[in-house]
This record gives sequence, structure tokens and C-alpha cells, in this order.
Amino acid sequence: MPENISEPRSMRKRIAAVTTVGRGHLGDSLFELLVFMAALTIVLLMALLVYKLYQTAEPSISRFGWGFLTSEEWDPVNDVYGAKPFIYGTIVSSLLALLMAIPLSLGIAIYLSQFAPRWLRSPLGFVVELLAAIPSVVYGLWGIFVLAPFLGKTIEPFFADHFPGVPLFAGPIYGVGLFSAAVVLAIMILPTISAISRESMLNVSSEQKEAAQALGATPWETVRMAVLPLARPGIIGAVILGLGRALGETMAVTMLIGNRPEISASIFAPAYTIASVIANEFAEVTAGLHQAALVELALILLAITLLLNLLARLLVQKTGSRAAKTKSRRA
Amino acid sequence: MGGSINTTGLSALYGGVTAVEDINIEIPANQITALIGPSGCGKSTFLRCLNRMHELVPGARCSGKVIWDGKDIYAPEVDATEIRRGIGMVFQKPNPFPLMSIADNVSAGLRLAGMKRNKALMNETVERSLKMAALWDEVKNKLDKPGGSLSGGQQQRLCIARALAVEPDIILMDEPCSALDPASTQKIEDTMDKLKEKFTIVIVTHNMQQAARVSDFTGFLLTRETGEPGRLIEFGSTSKIFTMPDHKETENYITGRFG
Amino acid sequence: MKNGLHHRRRNLKSNFAYALCALATITALIPLILILAYVVFQGAGALNIDFFTQLPKPVGETGGGMGNAIIGSLMLIGIASVVGLPLGILAGTFLAEYRSPRLSWTVRLLADILSGVPSIIIGVFVYTLLVLTMKRFSALAGGVALAILMLPTVARTTEEMLRMVPDSLREASLALGISRWRTIVSIVIKTAGGGIMTGVMLALARIAGETAPLLFTALNSRTWPTGLDKPVASLPVQIYTYAIAPYADWHQQAWAGSLVLVLIVLILSVGSKLYFGRKMRRVR
Repeated sequence: MPENISEPRSMRKRIAAVTTVGRGHLGDSLFELLVFMAALTIVLLMALLVYKLYQTAEPSISRFGWGFLTSEEWDPVNDVYGAKPFIYGTIVSSLLALLMAIPLSLGIAIYLSQFAPRWLRSPLGFVVELLAAIPSVVYGLWGIFVLAPFLGKTIEPFFADHFPGVPLFAGPIYGVGLFSAAVVLAIMILPTISAISRESMLNVSSEQKEAAQALGATPWETVRMAVLPLARPGIIGAVILGLGRALGETMAVTMLIGNRPEISASIFAPAYTIASVIANEFAEVTAGLHQAALVELALILLAITLLLNLLARLLVQKTGSRAAKTKSRRA
Repeated sequence: MGGSINTTGLSALYGGVTAVEDINIEIPANQITALIGPSGCGKSTFLRCLNRMHELVPGARCSGKVIWDGKDIYAPEVDATEIRRGIGMVFQKPNPFPLMSIADNVSAGLRLAGMKRNKALMNETVERSLKMAALWDEVKNKLDKPGGSLSGGQQQRLCIARALAVEPDIILMDEPCSALDPASTQKIEDTMDKLKEKFTIVIVTHNMQQAARVSDFTGFLLTRETGEPGRLIEFGSTSKIFTMPDHKETENYITGRFG
Repeated sequence: MKNGLHHRRRNLKSNFAYALCALATITALIPLILILAYVVFQGAGALNIDFFTQLPKPVGETGGGMGNAIIGSLMLIGIASVVGLPLGILAGTFLAEYRSPRLSWTVRLLADILSGVPSIIIGVFVYTLLVLTMKRFSALAGGVALAILMLPTVARTTEEMLRMVPDSLREASLALGISRWRTIVSIVIKTAGGGIMTGVMLALARIAGETAPLLFTALNSRTWPTGLDKPVASLPVQIYTYAIAPYADWHQQAWAGSLVLVLIVLILSVGSKLYFGRKMRRVR
């Protein structure tokens, strides 16, 4: 029997001798506590975020009530504030951007997932993703000096001249305005919508496609019959996520939208978004109604993006897209 | 004593389902004990109760006693991590740490218990363990290559060396050769025979011939009917089990009438 | 024949659709090429040693550089990393390695929600939290805002990468008598290290380009960084300030700054993808 051999147990004794904090329960418990607290921090942060914003916005909420949403006045001098022009600018610029981005994004997604030669798919997809890597402020810079002048001299006059009298295109053309901001937003959300749509399309089982092909369907018919319907929840989710990002986009929009808190029928007119007015005015305000009003605007934006985010998650989960969880917001 | 392990009334459960029930076994020291039986009778589950690995599955637990080195390893004041240093395990599919070198793999159990400083001891332990696992000659010139770069059989011997380095009393082997080719299997069986001088070995195998070749003692487990937990039907010296078993069920299994 | 016509028309439609989709892809590439081209050509012209080493000159004087903005950005990224990386990695470890169904679900949900919050709102939040309490704009506040932006991404990426480590490795480690926490740290996290690093670098690439949350946390400055509790210049904010100003010289510098910023972001993004490819292949 091994009792008289001291050797086999010696290594274990040596290990036990040097293991101090790491020893069993203590180290494990400490570590578990550590990771638990780290996870809890995320929960606390969200709660604190909502609480702090509400607390700071409270003076404005109690002062203006629901009228805040319908008032068009934004007058720091007389301390009267209303959210309507900003909500209008935010939503319209984003919807306009969606209108332009969706057909392009879908086209890219279809091309990259169904039509493009296999060797081209990865590199091309990567290049489209590069659009997402460019910082918002660089988009803005390029927008001010390249895009806006171009739009102001070519596209916008084109519509104004060919559709005279249409209020949508009426009014003086500055280059900066709702339309320019929408164009740059469209470019910025393009990678988001196309990447998630593309993944939804790739998730469609090949059996569906093969069934269509066996019936003699052309490539386009295959896409239309077998892929798009099944990828639809994911595509809708992608669009909603893109919308969410457009709503929260700040720098490029601020630099291109003209920053005028007015609602006008023309899409070429200057406008203002919630994110832009906060970016422009928040650094200079002192505590008071002005600051509270700005934070109330932030709360409104938060509520809108939160709702959209939740909606998108529900839809994207249906097609199991992982890309959606990593695509979030930019500045 | 130091190298033997006994169980009294050991049962293993997954949630509400009992996998094995009321196992009473005395595994002698410095011998090779094989556990045989048809698939699904709970041999691996039972094995994992011996080093408290079973309880790592969520909802799983054991009841009964497992006596090693004079104490019940399931007593509340006992630290499971320490038990596992004294009772090691080799798994069915070789699982060396892929990003570590061969040498680091072998010494992992020592280093990660905090023994970094003594380089000479590490090197000596690595060499000794690899020799005991019959792998030294094949890897002595590439000790810094990653553990995943070896062949399947070599990887398994590396895992054996890794388990040996911590110098446990008992080594549990859960179908260690089932993923390997016959040549590697042979090498490992030869190794096992030498190892029993220093260690107690308990091996679960679905290969009866292997059990007959390699082991000194054999235990036969069986679930008598579907839905029933596995039980230890018979335990004795290998020669007896394979030539003159006491129970009919054992005899049926040995002679291949089922399983 | 009726069938033949049908077929031709269908094929025509299919080819047309193909062309449209290809066109869409090309159309998407146009702005990308244009932006990169302008940034490179306009920016390269204004890049010189001065740009990296000099402070901005007072209004009206030409010359100077963005040296302080570059240092400031590095500083902010550093602060964000110190605050955000440990929190994110530990939170991700919790999600991957510990079982707590309700808390995990809540944390995942909130992390996803947090990552969808517009960055300017995060800036407002940190303002109310730190700037108001410290009664000053500070690099610390800016760094914390960036850290909050990074947190959900790092946590989720860490969780994903840790989950990809096979259970057999955890088993092997535990069976050796290595304690749970040591197993997680030295085996699981180390094995997933390459993937986690990629997630980290991608997160850093994103916050490097963030402007909005800095506008009223770190603010801006015309001097070299003077301390954690003082405002600090940063590349994106400086670019913004110069872009909307009326001076042509400043516009040039804005382009140069954009070039540097885009290069930093691209190197971090692309570099991480290459790193990932290399490291993760070894785990298989």
C-alpha cells in the first residue's frame, strides 16, 4: 500500500502550500462578486440615465406639459420653448433618408447575397461596411464642402425648375437644408440596412431556393419567391434599426440641416433636429428652463429610439440576425 | 487508504431523473479497475461522481458517500477543487489547451495553482510526466509547439501527462481510447499498466476486450429496464467476472447476448 | 410560341433586376470613393509636421496645428479604456460563465438598449452626472461618456467569444483541480483572447470618431491637455469647430484632421479583422 511512499502526495502538498487567495472558495467567491457587480453596473447605468434626464428636464415638463410637443416657439430670450420643429425635422429628415436608402440597401443586399460572383462577395461587402466606419463629423465636413454645394447647384434646382409651384420644392435654395441632411443620412444608414438585410437573406435555407430553381424560376424570380418573403421580418427589422440610427445621428446632420427651428413645406428649406439643437445650444446653457427644455427634447428622442429599438429586436429575432446586435448608433 | 476509493449508497441525479442508484463499490489502490456495461447505463455519470465533476452540470447532484483518504469527499466542509487535485480525470475526446505549448500543457495544473516560480521543478515535472505517459521521446524536441499540433493519440497521452503532473492518487479515465486508432490505443493500454505502480486507475470502457486485457478488477453496471437508473450488478476480479460471473446478467453481457 | 416569349420576358426581367442591384451596389460605392478621395487629397495637402506638433493659432493667424487635439483624443480613449474595458469584459464574463437567468436576460436587454441610445444623449447624461457635480467640463467626463458608449459592445463581444470556447477545455481545467475563477481567467478568457481583442479594437475604432458626446463633457481647448479635471481638445471636436468656422485655413486643417482620424479608425477596424482571423483559427 502506498502509505509509506511520501512522494505521491508531496506535489499536492506543495501546491496547497502556495495557493493562497486562489484557494477554492475565497477566490471563486470574490471573482463571482466582481463579475456580478460589473453586470449590475449596466443595469444601474440605464436606470440612472433615465432618472437623471427626467430630473433635469423636470422644470420644463412641469412648465409646458403636453403643449411642449405641439408648440413651435423656440425663444431662449423669453424662455419659451416648444418641440414641434425639432420633432418634425428629426422625423422628416430620417424618413426621407429611409426613402432613399431602402431601395439602394435592398439592391446591395440582394446583389451581395444572391447575384454577385462568390469571390466578390466578401471584399465587396467589406467595402460597403467601410461606409459605416467613417466618423460622422467627416461626413459632415464632406457634406458642407462637397455634397451641399453640389446638391444646391444641380439636384435641387433641377427639381425646383421642373416642378414649379409644388410646395415640396419651393423656396430659396441654400444647399444646406432638410434634403441635404437626408441625403447624407441615407449614405450613413446604408451599410446598416444592407448588412442586416443581407444576413437575413443568407439565413434563408437553400432548400427554399433550390425548390424555386427546380421549378425553372429565373434568378430574380427565385429571389422574389423564395428569399424575400422569408427574409422579410429581418429586412423590416433592418429598416427600423436604420431609422433608429438616423434619428439619433448628430454631427453630419447638424452641419447640413441649416439649423433653423421652423417648419416649412419645402424639403429644400433649412430645418432643425433634436440632436442638432442639443449639439448647438447645450454647451452654453446654464441651469434653467432652457437647459431643462433641451433635456426634455433629449428625453423625447430617447423615447422614440427606445421604442424603435425594441420593435426592431422583436422582428430581427425572427430571422436570427446577429449583425443587428452589433450595429448600433453613431454620433 | 491513500489510493483506494469507496462509495456507499451513491446515487447521481440530473434534476429529477436518477441516472445511477445505490452504488456500493470498493475500488482498491494501485490497481486498474474497469467499469463496463451497455451504453447509457450511467458508467460515465458514476465516474464523474468520484471527482465531483458531476455536480458541475446545472441541476445535477449526488447523494451517498464517497470515501477517499479517510474522508467523505461530499462532506460540506470539503473543497471540491482540492478533491480534483487528488483525483484526476482523462476524457473521451482529448482536450489539450490549444493555445499552450506542450510543456505548458503538462505543467498547467501546477502553474495555475500558483507554482510559477520554480522553473527547474517545472521542467523536471514536465519531463517526468511525459515519460510516464510514454510521450517524451516523441515530443522532447518540440516542447514549445502548441498542444493542438499533435495527433489524436499523442494528444490523449499529453492529457494523461497533464493529469499525472499534479500527482493525484487516483486517475479516472472516461473511455480514453474510444476516439483513437488501434495503434494509439495499444500505446495507452501499455502505459496504463506501468502507471498502476504509482496510481490507482478507474477506467470506463464500452470495449469489453479492452477491459479484459487491461484491468485487474471489473465492475458491471446495467439499467435493467428503460427508465430505470443504472445499478452495479457485480464487482470482482477481472478473471472471475469474465470467466465465472455470479450473475446471469453479467454473463449475458460478457457473452454478448446484448449490449 | 407563347412559351418562348414568356421565357424571354422573364429572363429579361431577371437580367434587368440583376443590373439594378449591381447598379445599387455601385451607387453605394460612389460616395465612399468620393469621401475618401476628398479626405485624402484635401487632407494630405495640409498635413505637415506642424500639424502634429503645434497648437492651434489664434483666430486670424494662419498656421498652427492640431497637436493638442491628437494627444487629447488619445487621452480620452485611454480614460475610456481604463473605465470601460474592465467593466465590459467582466460583465461579458458574467453573462457567459455564470448562470442567473433573470439577471442575465435583463443585462443583455439593457446592454442592447444602451447601445441604441444616441451618443449625444449619453453626453447629456454624463453632463448631468459629472459636469454638474464637478462644476466643470473635464477630460474625465469625456472619457466616461466614451466608456459608456463602449460598454455594451465590449460586454456582448466578450460574451460571444467566451461562449465559443468549447466546454471540454473548462472540464479539463477543472478536472486538474484548478479553481473556477482561475479556469475562467487563465484558460477560457485567454483562449478567447484574440476574439475579445478584436471586439475591443472595433469598439475603440468607433469611439475614436465620436464627437457629439464630447461637446459638453470634455468640451474643447486651445492648449495642451492640462489634467483629468480640465477640458481637453479632441480630434473630432476640433474638426467640427474648424469645419463650421469661416476661415479657409481652418477648413484645410479640418480636412487634414479628417485624414488622420479616418486613418486611425481604418487601421483599428481593419487591423482587428486581420488579428481576429489569425488568432481564432488556432483554437479550432
